[in-house]
Amino acid sequence: MRLECKVTGGDFQAAGEAAAKLKRTLRQVGIDAETARRAAIVAYEAEMNIVIHAFRGVLSVDISPERIEIVADDEGPGIPDIPLAMQEGYSTAPEHIREMGFGAGLGLPNMKRYSDEFHIESTVGRGTNVRMVINLPSKGSLT
Amino acid sequence: MTGLFHSVLLIEEKCRGCTRCIKNCPTEAIRVRQGKARINAERCTDCGECIRTCDNHAKTAITDSLERLKDFRYTVALPAPALYGQFGPDVEPDRVLAALIDMGFDDVFEVARGADVATLVTREYLRQHREIRPMISAACPAVVRLIQVRFPALIDHLIPVDSPMTCAGKLAKENKSKELGIPPEDIGAFFITPCPAKVTWVREAVKRGFSSVDGAISIADVYGEISRRLASPASHPPKRRASGAGIGWGGSGGENAAVGLENYLVVDGIHSVIDVLEEVEVGRLADVDFIEAQACIGGCVGGALTVRNPFIAHVHLEKLAKRFADCPAFTTEEEEELTRRARAGYFDMRQDIAAVPAFRLDRDVSRAISKAEMIEKVVKDLPGLDCGSCGSPHCRALAEDIVQGLAVDTDCVFKLRDQVKVLAEQLFDLAKKNPSAMSAAGEPGEREG
Repeated sequence: MRLECKVTGGDFQAAGEAAAKLKRTLRQVGIDAETARRAAIVAYEAEMNIVIHAFRGVLSVDISPERIEIVADDEGPGIPDIPLAMQEGYSTAPEHIREMGFGAGLGLPNMKRYSDEFHIESTVGRGTNVRMVINLPSKGSLT
Repeated sequence: MTGLFHSVLLIEEKCRGCTRCIKNCPTEAIRVRQGKARINAERCTDCGECIRTCDNHAKTAITDSLERLKDFRYTVALPAPALYGQFGPDVEPDRVLAALIDMGFDDVFEVARGADVATLVTREYLRQHREIRPMISAACPAVVRLIQVRFPALIDHLIPVDSPMTCAGKLAKENKSKELGIPPEDIGAFFITPCPAKVTWVREAVKRGFSSVDGAISIADVYGEISRRLASPASHPPKRRASGAGIGWGGSGGENAAVGLENYLVVDGIHSVIDVLEEVEVGRLADVDFIEAQACIGGCVGGALTVRNPFIAHVHLEKLAKRFADCPAFTTEEEEELTRRARAGYFDMRQDIAAVPAFRLDRDVSRAISKAEMIEKVVKDLPGLDCGSCGSPHCRALAEDIVQGLAVDTDCVFKLRDQVKVLAEQLFDLAKKNPSAMSAAGEPGEREG
């Protein structure tokens, strides 16, 4: 199944709603707690990245019994140096956003750490596309 | 279905089938069907929100009566710290404790003192375990249950330390058994409880086998009798041994003040607790060491079985906490002994807090996914007003109920109206049709007169 949520850049009040919607569905699907949590973290970080850095974007999630695929596609400034952006602690978030407890430079590294596959493409001046896959434990191990 | 006991239940005759409770239930555990509220046992956390919101007093909590004292050779009352807050700031805890003995208990062991123990054990646990942050207090049974059913991934974040009530029960039974030379099974320990969730916790523990607490009696049930006895001077030697910090556990913030950590967060009110847990679930708040989370606004003084306004009770409690601030909870030897036991796992309750997820649509993941997909379709078709008239708390919940076969789309009054409209149009169309043998009225060619 597929869930799609529009995310608006700079809208901190609605931030996290897309991830919350995904969490509700994951609870219902009955995916094991740890996998569901990884997916929630990945989706949340991806959503926050759009809110913090981009103008607008779409967070979409595909859930199958084998895997969860999360895609964050945004229109925004893009990332000029991806390897640099992937470094822990590196952040271009302005001071006022850091004061809100965001922009610690852990977003992208966390998205990579908690997913089994991680792909990122970015065009400066146009936007960024991040695709992440989290594999579900084999059926036998589900309760 | 689990065979779980619940303290919170519905009084059918009083329920008028309104939608207040379904709207306010933090786990969406209530539906109104056939004019009566129904509580889903798997999802209910016994938080007591429905008891508070029901104007018809149709929700109640099962508690134990004083009659049960007869079942034991020797009985000990375990009064919650919140009990002290029910009376004026000038009422000595000693007098409240004496009143309990006058009412029929053989002895008392303060849960505030149990809180002193829990403080020590919690500190020790946090010192020994630094791998997971934030750690969440497991003192509030409704919060524990909420995590078990709705946030199973956060079980590892719970501090698996006995609650003050259990600490008190364990020590009371052990001490009395030694002192009197009778087996601990012969000693009945009764919690004087501010909340239904504790009643459930106690009943479940008793079901599992030997329990350190045997029953829970509501504060509201003993309040009147204690008040009456306060008029005469205390007839028993002073029994208070709890420190001010232990007494403070009865109000929100008290637990953290006792444990004394720097990076902490205090949250009360179950809806606010959910907001904080949602954040923890997505990996935020990792810089916080300790979360004190209580289902009731104001902490235990806000429990559904208390009598006084929680804010007033909180003030009373804080005054007492200040007054006894300099009373040490333990002697050095006692503290060493408790620390030794804590390390040996004497106060560990990990086995009681397994995950019991209650939101999955199907045991089979593939089927659950297709159901989730259907829900998305159904919800798009509903008006989105979240009025609750259908008996489900909001449109999405109705969609879930429809997909699960527990409701039909015409339970929605707007969907019903749409269907009536279609039907009316069909009726109108049919009414306009004349049998072909008759000429239609008003058609050209028809002669008048």
